[in-house]
Amino acid sequence: MKFLERRLVHAILLLIGASALCFLFSTLAPGGYFDEMKLNPQISPGTVAALRSQYELDRPLPVRYEHWVQSVLRGEWGYSFAYNLPVRSLVVVRARNTLLLTSLAMALAWLIAVPLGVWSASRAGRWEDRLSTAGTSLLLSVPELVVALGLLYFAIHTHALPVGGMVSADHDTLGPWGRARDLAAHLVIPVTTLVLASLPILIRHVRASVVEVLQAPFIQAARGHGVGRTSIRFRYALPAAANPLISLFGLSVAGLLSGSLLVEVIVGWPGLGPLLLEACLSRDFYVVVGVVMMSTLFMILGSLLADVMLVIADPRVRMDNV
Amino acid sequence: MTSRHKAMVAASLLLALHLAILFAGFMAPSDPTSQNRDFPLVPPTSLHFVDGRGKFHIRPFVYETEPVPEGLHEYRENHAHEYPLHFFVSGFPYKVAGLITWHRHLFGVQAPAQIFLAGSDSYGRDQFSRILYGGQISLAAGMLAAGISLLLALLVGCASGFYAGWIDESAMRLAELFLVLPWLYLLLAIRAFLPLHLSPSGTFFLLVAVIGTIGWARPARLIRGVVLSAKSRKYVTASRCFGASDTYILRRHVLPHTYGILLTQAALLVPQYVIAEVTLSFLGLGLGEPMPSWGNLLANLQQYNVLVSYWWMFAPALALVLVSLGYLAVADAFHQQLQSGSM
Repeated sequence: MKFLERRLVHAILLLIGASALCFLFSTLAPGGYFDEMKLNPQISPGTVAALRSQYELDRPLPVRYEHWVQSVLRGEWGYSFAYNLPVRSLVVVRARNTLLLTSLAMALAWLIAVPLGVWSASRAGRWEDRLSTAGTSLLLSVPELVVALGLLYFAIHTHALPVGGMVSADHDTLGPWGRARDLAAHLVIPVTTLVLASLPILIRHVRASVVEVLQAPFIQAARGHGVGRTSIRFRYALPAAANPLISLFGLSVAGLLSGSLLVEVIVGWPGLGPLLLEACLSRDFYVVVGVVMMSTLFMILGSLLADVMLVIADPRVRMDNV
Repeated sequence: MTSRHKAMVAASLLLALHLAILFAGFMAPSDPTSQNRDFPLVPPTSLHFVDGRGKFHIRPFVYETEPVPEGLHEYRENHAHEYPLHFFVSGFPYKVAGLITWHRHLFGVQAPAQIFLAGSDSYGRDQFSRILYGGQISLAAGMLAAGISLLLALLVGCASGFYAGWIDESAMRLAELFLVLPWLYLLLAIRAFLPLHLSPSGTFFLLVAVIGTIGWARPARLIRGVVLSAKSRKYVTASRCFGASDTYILRRHVLPHTYGILLTQAALLVPQYVIAEVTLSFLGLGLGEPMPSWGNLLANLQQYNVLVSYWWMFAPALALVLVSLGYLAVADAFHQQLQSGSM
């Protein structure tokens, strides 16, 4: 249990750090959400001042931070200026959609990357390996933005897939099976973009660590005993190469979340991305902080999951020295 | 093709791209900001070699583009007259590297024909010229931001590697925070708290500063590692015994070890930061019109009709992909050199 305790303390420190960073940066900002109102002659300066004091924008930073922490503990996460709602109610719904998108993309990306990487490693130096390396280099230099726009262009021209949003307009009239299909059709473009964007890095890492293991003496020995090729690659080499890959799994959550933000904005997926962008443009401070907190939380969960998997996969790793 | 050849090819591609972008005025056939309201969204002008009578010309020529009467953004070629492509023609004045005013351009055609190598945008501005000029902004932003990041990384990495103790501890905790946060979320959050409306140059430097502050953590950790290992060498101890000061040891014995990492990280960071600028400008948080940058050129594609019907608006993406391809290949080559210990 010491392990969980330490992780919890670490996570809380990280969340405090991230939120403090947000609040610190906010003091650098000239102007805020209510500044535009000051320009409107129909709103009296008194009203604006009252609103500001209602949201405590006239208080010093440490006081605001303290009140925000209290509001987090109450489960409100501060109030949105634009929606006049507790931030948590806004963020949680959006976070669910982002989670659906990113977890699906992550699972698919790993399912594709592991066999491809192992295959490429087993052909190391041959033309198949070179082709795959060239492919990953090319894919690596195509930004998500371009991939998403290209896929949209393709989808619009072929009419094969619905474009924009998470569900069609007639979603509520469909049966349960129809609803699932509708959602799946809307998922294709964003998930494909995310998978394509994260594949090259994953394939490269899988290849690199498997190549190393394939040269090890125990693989030679297994080969000498007449163990089959597929069995050598997946039963013997892959588990030995798994540790750095599992660590990579935790780290790749960050890249995936960043990619997901952009993709969500482009295809109109109602996730955290559009919410953050909107909040940035309107200076809805507590929403920005809430979304950043949520993404930090995802990151923490990702690395926790990676650590737990590491313990399961490798008996040498003990809970107390993770 | 050996990896050495590959690196050379990538480096020459990069050099060519950078030269073309640096001398954008010379390469561009028309002024990137001059609007041509009669010719919005013209598809790329095609270069012909064979004329209507079947005669082959060595010098390529174009036909005059004219709007189809009654058509919306529809154009056709007027085959009545050929306009050969001329080199080193006189055109709009520009500054060479910001200093000398000149008016010669690499290529051009005689009016009334026009040459839009990458089509024109919805204001009738030549997109090829805008990509070149936009490249100046995007690449400069990427390089400056990478410079800031590496400088920060060098300072933090050297300080925490060399002095250890609480400096090391707190710097590395901060680096962890920056590493663990998704960069785009961080970037947007920082951008959210800074003024939205500024003068173009103000926005540019603000953007560079914001982008530059997010990526310092990874190089800082790498540099710290190198400094740690360099510091424990025997010749460092020896020179300390001879009475060398900290600054002398840092400058003379420690810093040279970090150059390889700095170069590799620079080659990795520049394309990443160019993409960051493009992303921010695309989302409307970066540089705005009329200043061209690759991000706001691509932002045209946010309009549904542009995305659907005008494929040449994807042209800036090609430039972006070429630049990152070049940089990543060079970074790979640096990395391999570093691994083999010859750098």
